[in-house]
Amino acid sequence: MAETRATNKNRKRTLEASIVIGLTLFLIFVAPLILSGFRLGLLGRFLALAIVALGVDLIWGYTGLLSLGQGIFFALGGYAFAMHLQLNLAGEGLPEFFGLYGVSQLPWFWQPFYSLPVTLIAIVVIPGIVAGLLGYLVFRNRIRGVYFSILTQAMLVVFFNFFNGQQKLINGTNGLTTDTTILFGQQVGSDRMQFAFYVATVIVLALTYGLCRWLTRGRFGRLLIAIRDDENRLRFSGYNPAMFKVLVFAVAGGIAGAAGALYTVQSSGITPQYMSVAFSIEMVIWVAVGGRATLGGAVLGALVVKWAEALLSERFPEVWLFFQGALFLLVVTVLPKGIVGWLRDDAVHQIRDLLGLQPQLSTYPDLELDPDVKREQHELAGK
Amino acid sequence: MLDGLINGIFNGISIGAVLLIVALGLAIVFGLMGVINLAHGELMMLGAYTTYVVQNGFKSLGDGMQDFYIWLALPLSFLVAALVGLLLERTVIRLLYGRPLETLLATWGVSLILQQFVRSVSWSLVFGVLTICALLFGGRAILNKFVNLGPRQKLANFLVLVLSAAIGIIVGRALNNNPVLEKPWFSARNVDVTAPKWLQESISVTDTLSFPAARIFIIALTIICLVGTFWFLNKSAWGLRIRAVTQNRDMSACLGIPTKKVDALTFALGSGLAGIAGCAVTLLGSVGPNLGGNYIVDAFMVVVVGGVGKLIGSIVAALLIGIVSYIVGSGTLVLILPSSDALQPLIDTALFFAETSMAKVLVFALIIAFLQVKPAGLFPQKGRSVEV
Amino acid sequence: MTRINRRKFLVYGSTAVGTSILLKACGNPDTAADAPAADGDAPAVASSDGDTIKVGILHSLSGTMAISETTVVDAEELAIKEINEAGGVLGKQIVAVKEDGASDWDTFAEKAEKLIDQDQVSVVFGCWTSASRKKVLPVFEAKDHMLWYPVQYEGQECSKNIFYTGAAPNQQIEPAVDWLLENKGKDFFLVGSDYVFPRTANTIIKEQLKAKGGTTVGEDYLPLGNTEVTPIITKIKAALPDGGVIFNSLNGDSNVAFFKQLKGAGMGPDKYPVMSVSIAEEEVRTIGPDFLKGHYAAWNYFQTVESPANETWVSSFKAEYGDERVTNDPMEAAYIMVYLWKQAVEKAGTTDIAAVREAAYGQVFEAPGGTVTMNPNHHISKTVRIGEIREDGLFDIVSATDGPVDPIPWNQFVPDTKGFACDWSDPAKGGKYKEA
Repeated sequence: MAETRATNKNRKRTLEASIVIGLTLFLIFVAPLILSGFRLGLLGRFLALAIVALGVDLIWGYTGLLSLGQGIFFALGGYAFAMHLQLNLAGEGLPEFFGLYGVSQLPWFWQPFYSLPVTLIAIVVIPGIVAGLLGYLVFRNRIRGVYFSILTQAMLVVFFNFFNGQQKLINGTNGLTTDTTILFGQQVGSDRMQFAFYVATVIVLALTYGLCRWLTRGRFGRLLIAIRDDENRLRFSGYNPAMFKVLVFAVAGGIAGAAGALYTVQSSGITPQYMSVAFSIEMVIWVAVGGRATLGGAVLGALVVKWAEALLSERFPEVWLFFQGALFLLVVTVLPKGIVGWLRDDAVHQIRDLLGLQPQLSTYPDLELDPDVKREQHELAGK
Repeated sequence: MLDGLINGIFNGISIGAVLLIVALGLAIVFGLMGVINLAHGELMMLGAYTTYVVQNGFKSLGDGMQDFYIWLALPLSFLVAALVGLLLERTVIRLLYGRPLETLLATWGVSLILQQFVRSVSWSLVFGVLTICALLFGGRAILNKFVNLGPRQKLANFLVLVLSAAIGIIVGRALNNNPVLEKPWFSARNVDVTAPKWLQESISVTDTLSFPAARIFIIALTIICLVGTFWFLNKSAWGLRIRAVTQNRDMSACLGIPTKKVDALTFALGSGLAGIAGCAVTLLGSVGPNLGGNYIVDAFMVVVVGGVGKLIGSIVAALLIGIVSYIVGSGTLVLILPSSDALQPLIDTALFFAETSMAKVLVFALIIAFLQVKPAGLFPQKGRSVEV
Repeated sequence: MTRINRRKFLVYGSTAVGTSILLKACGNPDTAADAPAADGDAPAVASSDGDTIKVGILHSLSGTMAISETTVVDAEELAIKEINEAGGVLGKQIVAVKEDGASDWDTFAEKAEKLIDQDQVSVVFGCWTSASRKKVLPVFEAKDHMLWYPVQYEGQECSKNIFYTGAAPNQQIEPAVDWLLENKGKDFFLVGSDYVFPRTANTIIKEQLKAKGGTTVGEDYLPLGNTEVTPIITKIKAALPDGGVIFNSLNGDSNVAFFKQLKGAGMGPDKYPVMSVSIAEEEVRTIGPDFLKGHYAAWNYFQTVESPANETWVSSFKAEYGDERVTNDPMEAAYIMVYLWKQAVEKAGTTDIAAVREAAYGQVFEAPGGTVTMNPNHHISKTVRIGEIREDGLFDIVSATDGPVDPIPWNQFVPDTKGFACDWSDPAKGGKYKEA
């Protein structure tokens, strides 16, 4: 019995992996052929946002931590990359904007970003460390639930004001532009580089998906879900949930950082606006629409919502906010499991119900044949 | 020196008073239901727009009346916001009890809708929405009462929903052809609320000491709201029930307290207080669709620092935050520090934060540091719960 | 197949289906471009084919900035309507494609790309805040397209792909400072919103004061949308106990709070005259003239300018949008720029970007605020005026230059840009060259 279970698991894993690889290849090789340049650029940006959504799903969908401050980490990753690009462009001198404010010496924290490898590491590690640190301060005190959400929002406001106000350090509201900068001797805004970033985004998305799947599987994954469902019981069982929460929050931060960097180069630069309150809450809605605690749902949700926004706001700018507001209400009241969760669990049943068809009753002549009982037996046998 | 001190204290208190009046309703609702209402700011905005409408009404009554609009605007703002809050509780929040995170998201959705609503509300929109509601509820009532469709009932209800939505949209669009009906009531631009003459001036105490009348008014209003809320919670029958439910919901329900009614009432009360706050801030700033967002995060901080369930916590927290942001933001910190070389780095740091936007950074950082010492706020609720 | 397997299948199956639906939706870019055609406001034709010329209008129609930007859209649409009624450009009607920047700078960049790539417009009129302009600038430069920008700004920029019809600092801020030094006092307190225009403007003012013998006694910045100005007012009182000049570059909402509380603190225009650079007729109405009476503003145009061109314009504007509406400086600049572009297209005989750019230099237009000329540095020469706010919300013009002032984009008070100039008519000089 245990063997069939293992093969089943293996088969599942192979299926999932092949779907992910298939979609990756499709996005890299086929999508550019059927999309116009403008739409492909949009898709690249949305895919970058789907990466953040995976991180949000990890902490919210699986672990139950509703962070309203993912924008911090997203922007930190973006700033790290943009700073490197700015320095690249400036060469020996200082990035141009410093001259406007009479700054003649490069602030110390810009120094490490001269090197590309350091920058690439920093894009993930800095947001990860910041997230870990903030998480440690909060979780150590057993702050959770709405308190945690509100605090992350406060932190977001702190970071926003800081980046917005420090014109001499980081160019304030203007942010850093990237389109005219140079990477590997190519202009970042050029079509070739944009396509390269698109491909990079697809690959990073696939890798992140793999990472999240790896994390949510097995014991660690079950621990996360246990934190979400009943943290106290977990604590009484001898675990320290705080450390797990810090770890997963840091990972989500790192993921957001990578996504921020990819998003920045594909949307011509970064401004403190990335740390606006609304944007960070929006990230949560992508996951909610797609389906909490389903990784595919997070990706799908980000794409669907952003695409709807792009189409709707092109035609009816004033309707978009109504629609977005209604979306928030809808997913928490009618569709709490999101699109994927609904399709998986309730869709068939509800549509039948709506059409007035008899509900499908399944009875089993023997208790032993009930799939739930069977599954439990499997699990017991596995132990 | 003395004048400076008095002025400083007054200014700190007046900033704190605004924070407090905004946070009061939020704190009550959060204390009772554990619900963070992200639409609180938008309920304030409704209060502010009510004030605007009332003011325009008084203006049309003729000269001289303009100075008295505030007395009608205050109760009306309370009423409008409370009714909208009640509606919100009945339709959305009620479905989400025990799921505070989902409530948070739902109220954010409501806040987006309310913001866009005041931007684009016009007669045609109102008629469109009314048509939808009338058809939907009317149709459902008829269907459910007179027609028996058996298992197809749900499908029929669903079709009624779709149909009435379609008809409503068509009606709205058709009415849009009429320029009078189509014209937005407020539009996206900010509207102008001019305070009564007697609130525009300042009151001089001595030659060097004077206080803005609007600030004194807001402080007084905050105190009245506090006293009123305190009286209501501690002396009235419903207040007793609210306090009971706050302490132990299950036990109160067992003892026959209608917890659902208590919830609805509390939410309406909290929303109404938001409406009053909205009316009050029209004396200080602008009135526009984004009004709420400017105050809301600060109000959350008051609730978080103050702790849940006790009014005194919110009061102390609001005053503390008000005074600290004033001292930091106005650069008073720099003046207090003696100038010597040893303290120079400290002075430089103080100067760095002596700017309104940087002061906010420092104040929030201090709040997060404070929560390291007292994670449950200044006055935590005592009990045996493992939850903080 | 266990139950879990089926579940997984549904998950991935739906993901795949969803993604392919999405891709199908986007694989058909024409649907979106064609869609407006059904409404009849944007026929789906490439930019100058057939009988129409497509132009893009890119402003915030929603969000915080909608308050200001929608008025500019009104002015641009009025100009387009007038031109069309007079026979159009090159015999073709102008069709405007309106896009909403939603007060979000990223959206501006995205919509700019859409207008250029998908709608293939001949020119874009748009933006208000400097942040949004800075965000779309790389888009226009990378695609070598053309943006006309109608708002006064902080200067220190001179892009080949942007024409600026608002005031450069030497056409608004610097004359205002000179006037204040001469008439109101030497001690200045600078207040601004926390973003690029006020910060750069104040950098310029501080240098200018240093050069001309004034002093900056303090400065402070308010986060956008913040309405708690008590600390600032305390600082002003402490820095200027006996009165002095306040130079105000606050934006939007904060102005309301600032003036209401300034008056509440008993600080009137007699002791504390405020010179504002972001308050025009439209803003006066929302703040309330009660609070503003006696304060000053510097612009190139006021509704009270006395000229035949202005009378015609104000009356046709009111006829179009209603009697209660007012005209102001950015609206005038927006109105001018549509006409200047039209003249350039007619001179070039084509809508080709490079040809229009060449043809634009030296274009002259009888604007409501006086004659304006497009210079080779992409800014326009225009008259500078200072107005005092009246009880009815309009301005008494207290000072005006004799004729148009030539624009200087690179500031001559700031050491880093001193001696630099901009001339796009000469390929050797370009956007930033050292003047001999």
